[in-house]
Amino acid sequence: MTESRLSYYGKPIIKEPVWKAEIPNYFFIGGLAGGSATLSAAARAAGNEQLARRALYVAAAGVTVSPYYLIKDLGRPRRFYNMLRVFKVTSPMSVGTWIVASEGTSTGIAAACELFGILPRVRGAAQVVSGLLGPAMASYTGALVADSVVPVWHESRRELPLLFASSSAAAAGGLAAALTPVASARPARRLGLLGAVAELVTHKVMERRMGELVAEPYKKGEGGRYAKAAEAATLSGVGLMLLAGRTRTGAAAAGVLLAAGSWSTRFAVHHAGKTSAADPKYTSIPQRERAAERGQPAVTG
Amino acid sequence: MQLGDGQTTYGLQIQPRMGFFTDTSVCIGCKACEVACKEWNLVPEDGLVWSGNSYDNTGELSANTWRHVAFIEQQLDDGMRWLMSSDVCKHCTHAGCLDVCPTGAITRTEFGTVVIQDDVCNGCGYCVTACPFGVISKREIDGDGGMHKCTLCYDRIEDGLEPACAKACPTKSIQFGPLHELLERAHGRLEDLHEAGVDDACLYGANEDDGVGGMGSVFLLLDEPEVYGLPPDPVDPTRNLGTIWGAAGAAAALLAVGVAFAFVGGGDD
Repeated sequence: MTESRLSYYGKPIIKEPVWKAEIPNYFFIGGLAGGSATLSAAARAAGNEQLARRALYVAAAGVTVSPYYLIKDLGRPRRFYNMLRVFKVTSPMSVGTWIVASEGTSTGIAAACELFGILPRVRGAAQVVSGLLGPAMASYTGALVADSVVPVWHESRRELPLLFASSSAAAAGGLAAALTPVASARPARRLGLLGAVAELVTHKVMERRMGELVAEPYKKGEGGRYAKAAEAATLSGVGLMLLAGRTRTGAAAAGVLLAAGSWSTRFAVHHAGKTSAADPKYTSIPQRERAAERGQPAVTG
Repeated sequence: MQLGDGQTTYGLQIQPRMGFFTDTSVCIGCKACEVACKEWNLVPEDGLVWSGNSYDNTGELSANTWRHVAFIEQQLDDGMRWLMSSDVCKHCTHAGCLDVCPTGAITRTEFGTVVIQDDVCNGCGYCVTACPFGVISKREIDGDGGMHKCTLCYDRIEDGLEPACAKACPTKSIQFGPLHELLERAHGRLEDLHEAGVDDACLYGANEDDGVGGMGSVFLLLDEPEVYGLPPDPVDPTRNLGTIWGAAGAAAALLAVGVAFAFVGGGDD
């Protein structure tokens, strides 16, 4: 009968995401801010003031820069506030808007009180809120991209939030270790190492569970390049942190490598998504297999 | 009567769910639907180019093409055949675009159709990634920046008129009406074609058990959906949102545990 094609003249079936580099940059910075906020709150509770202060400033810098990237990527930036008129649990972006707004406010208040040495009780309360929201800030972005029809994102919906959370832990721990005197930086080093190992393992598990075809955008093109860079930076960051993390220079270099790995991970996910949407085979072949297995409800007769 | 998700919230103002039945077996590829749609909806010109793909020169559905006529030339054992099909937004029962829209710009009308309110949309682009059919995209013309798609001529059907494309279609390949009536007609037409020996004829989007809960735009196709650029098994990604939020919650909890674990054994070397 007729020649079996994957799509109409090989054109994509779904549209490529319109998000530009601002979005993976935000994923990195927002994740870093979330991880740092929680690290800071925990350090405060443990009485480690040096670490608490530095991680708080990193978190504050992150939440200050984040809205810039989020708003800049909008097609109509001047209407960003329309997101603040709605709350929808069916939209991870809507939920995320409120997480970012609350995390930004609480972290900003805590950092301002810290900087000027005023209102210790307000600072304490703000820091608790900021610390509790940190993990949500670091994870929701994984849910955001997973709730899409882009095969490489949707088929890794179970792993993406953990990948983003562990990547955030690696960056937050790494940068705090780089900025804090080594004697007070042990929890930061440990968080960086833990996050980095979890990031590497989660990425491997994610690719394996998706299967060879759907995971292919992490092996080739831009997505593949960033995935390789992420793995190399994170692995060397782990090695250096273990070997030289107790020296200031070693910790600084290792911390920067872990952050670079975390940044590359978000860009790998971003570019893999674009590749996955642009080639119709990633949409058609798995859907056909699914239809062969469970029937094709969209087609009748 | 099959209703669109959320349509019931209109109370006494609720209308029968309206839709399209596009019978591709009688499409002649005249593109009157494309032209009428552009004219009525003031959809801007987005380039006049030759695609080289048969008689197609609009390529795909997008912010600037709300009806797209596909032309497929196929070599058969006994000659060739020419498939033509006018594609359009599916106005899904469970619409991914509507679910993920963070501003509430995308709404369900009293007719069960899905519409983007242009004065609310801030151009975040989330709907683009949530449509299993690649219908929505961003309009980059004259600094617009917003997302656009077929409205099923909301302004016309509110006044009792039919959408511009259906009005202009000279062969009744595009039919408009209450969805339950269209479904009846579609099944009747399918039966006729099967009786006439057109075994490949099938309906697309006529089953409410599909991944989008059934479509408001139903098609009669003469080949597999992907030949026309349609996904063979479309799914609204929000259907898996429970799993996604569960994974996010678990990830957040693990991060909190990880931070606590980092402090085990004290902060000093």
